[in-house]
Amino acid sequence: MSLVLNEEQSYLKDTARDFAKNKTPVSHFRGVRDSENPECFDREIWKEMANLGWSGILIPEEYGGSDFGVAGIGVIFEELGRTLTPSPMFSTAVVCASLIKEAGNEDQKKEYLTKIASGDVTLAFALEESSRHSPTNLETVAKKDGDSYIVNGEKTFVLDGGFADFLIIAADSGKGTSLFIANKDTKGIDIKATPMVDSRNSANITFNDLKLSSSDLIGEENGSDQIIEEVLDISRSVISAEMFGGIQEAFDVTLNYLKERDQFGSKIGSFQALQHRAAIMFSEIELCKSCVLESLTSFDEGSNDIPRLASLAKAKIGEVFHLVSNEAVQMHGGIGVTDEYDIGFYLKRARVAEQIFGNVQFHKDRYAELTGY
Amino acid sequence: MSDLNSFRNETRDWLEANCPESMRTPMSQGDVVWGGRKVEFKDPDQKVWMDRMGERGWTCPTWPKEYGGGGLNFEENKVLQEELMRIKARPALNSFGIWMLGPALLEYGTEEQKLKHIPKIVKGEIRWCQGYSEPGSGSDLASLKTKAEDQGEQYLINGQKVWTSYADECDMIFTLVRTGPLEPKHEGISFLLIDMDQEGVTTKPIKLISGKSPFCETFFDNATAPKENLVGGLNKGWSVAKRLLQFERNMIAGMGFGSASSGSSKKSDAKPTSGLATMAKRYVGEKEDKLDDSGLRNKIIDHDMNSQAFALTLRRAAEESKKSNQGPSAASSIFKYYGTENNKLRYEIMLEAMGTKALGWDGAEFGPEELAITREWLRTKANSIEGGTSEVQLNVISKRVLELPQ
Repeated sequence: MSLVLNEEQSYLKDTARDFAKNKTPVSHFRGVRDSENPECFDREIWKEMANLGWSGILIPEEYGGSDFGVAGIGVIFEELGRTLTPSPMFSTAVVCASLIKEAGNEDQKKEYLTKIASGDVTLAFALEESSRHSPTNLETVAKKDGDSYIVNGEKTFVLDGGFADFLIIAADSGKGTSLFIANKDTKGIDIKATPMVDSRNSANITFNDLKLSSSDLIGEENGSDQIIEEVLDISRSVISAEMFGGIQEAFDVTLNYLKERDQFGSKIGSFQALQHRAAIMFSEIELCKSCVLESLTSFDEGSNDIPRLASLAKAKIGEVFHLVSNEAVQMHGGIGVTDEYDIGFYLKRARVAEQIFGNVQFHKDRYAELTGY
Repeated sequence: MSDLNSFRNETRDWLEANCPESMRTPMSQGDVVWGGRKVEFKDPDQKVWMDRMGERGWTCPTWPKEYGGGGLNFEENKVLQEELMRIKARPALNSFGIWMLGPALLEYGTEEQKLKHIPKIVKGEIRWCQGYSEPGSGSDLASLKTKAEDQGEQYLINGQKVWTSYADECDMIFTLVRTGPLEPKHEGISFLLIDMDQEGVTTKPIKLISGKSPFCETFFDNATAPKENLVGGLNKGWSVAKRLLQFERNMIAGMGFGSASSGSSKKSDAKPTSGLATMAKRYVGEKEDKLDDSGLRNKIIDHDMNSQAFALTLRRAAEESKKSNQGPSAASSIFKYYGTENNKLRYEIMLEAMGTKALGWDGAEFGPEELAITREWLRTKANSIEGGTSEVQLNVISKRVLELPQ
């Protein structure tokens, strides 16, 4: 796979960097947080992002997208991750758009993909059921009842679940997993927002005899396990890119602080105890960069090692974000633990993002299984 | 492209006709051909192979033709390496001249120096060793004291070097010597080439914890070198040395990577495997396809993932420097540090997997591979010391790349 960006990808990255710098610097995130807006993002900003075409990057041209590929959207997320830009783009334009693109029928694609690309609709994927990622052996069940399905179960950590217009629900339908799409206001859906430490939106959702029709089924009945795995890998790769942006920004900010802060009559960055830790972080970040790029480009270039590369990226980046966010706070000293200073945001985001679609140990284990041990 | 194709065909034909069959078999460490006046070939085919490749300049494929090199461009060299790999050819010649001195001479040498020394490196006629460290100058290399006094036509050299690799088997030594005793320490050092075949130069092997003696102490007692052997100008040796250290670090990092990469092979259709895990399963056993020691398994996972991430980073650095046509990318500053630390860890994991089987010193009760791993484990401890310690590497990253204050 290519480990350097092509022109198109470089252009997207530059555009995203300008956008993040001018429209959504960290102060934007802080403002959204302080406004106590329960959606945890700014609809005007989301509209602008959609107008730039970002919500349609994974969507084929015939449905209004640009089909620029996973690496294309990944480099945008990297830049948005630097400034912690809050938006429904991950759930809507990466996870759910991919599910519909891979599994949906023509009508569903026309209906939803077109609206995702134009930024007119938001979606969330109701998958997780426990406090740790576990995409198989779901306890949410969908029972066939004539031409309908009755869905019962409880979902948790549904990203953007608190406000999304539509939910894609993963449920055990007897002989496998099925996917359904439902309007959030449908009777039988109970949504409880779960304010998280990173000030992003997620929700616990209960389905109580939720009645859906067969036209709400996305893909084959009992036939979505493989598609879910594939879409999870795309999502893991993209969220790794976002996390990698956060890693770089937290590191850069810390590095600047080491060059500015005086103690004992010197810049603290002249102390070897801090220099070596910074150099070790730099080395780890260089490795992360390679893992993210290899994983992102593996989808577009048709690698046969996609799952392993996604797990490599998610595990490695998760571990290093953990390290860098801790060190960033420590190296800032007292101001590092104040709310007034931004660096603590990265610590909080790191931990939540680590949990998205598999934490470090989940992906280490998966990597080993895929390597035959 | 058609030029490259015909180059591939010619190369393939030439290798088919000129690489002896016995040179297409797996080799052990004792089979490495280092060349030089004192060379002893275990197999006459080794000489045939070295001579033929050397004659063609393909022991140093990208070096200029006028100095005996192969004169190949990047793409042609890639083809050559692929074709060599295809027939599993052994390296015809390894040497410090190829890895370190040659590249430095090409950058800093005079025309006369290049013409005199480089062809002999290419053909394996002269074996070089490196005289940098001294008993009192390890990480603080620039404090070195071995002095070279100007005697008009020649330099008179007195002092001692240490950690000179294979000095007892070498013909010439490239050294850092003090020529400006009154100058600030970095500015009084010169880079000097000294013939070891003279009375004033003696060597004494150093026995390592591994039981082997790849290094020597080298003593200069009124040794001499002609003035023309000074490289890069009087008192300008530090720049040459720094550049040469980069070559050395890349080489050491590459060695670590070479063994680690087997941990995550990724051939087009082959199922990925882990060398460490396969080996550990033999010693520890497995349960439901998983290694039956979850602690060890986790260590192997970390190591395999880091090895793959490191291999990707080596590739990325190569792609980046090719694309930008500039020098080494920032990523390359981590190679020596990361490659050697990772390699040390690899052997610690093997030891943990093998238990007491990895702790034998001698005798027929242990397999030859097991004994070799024990010795190599001990050898790896020097990886993060030689060529600049890990701590020195971290200093370099802090100051040069991160630009942290002094």
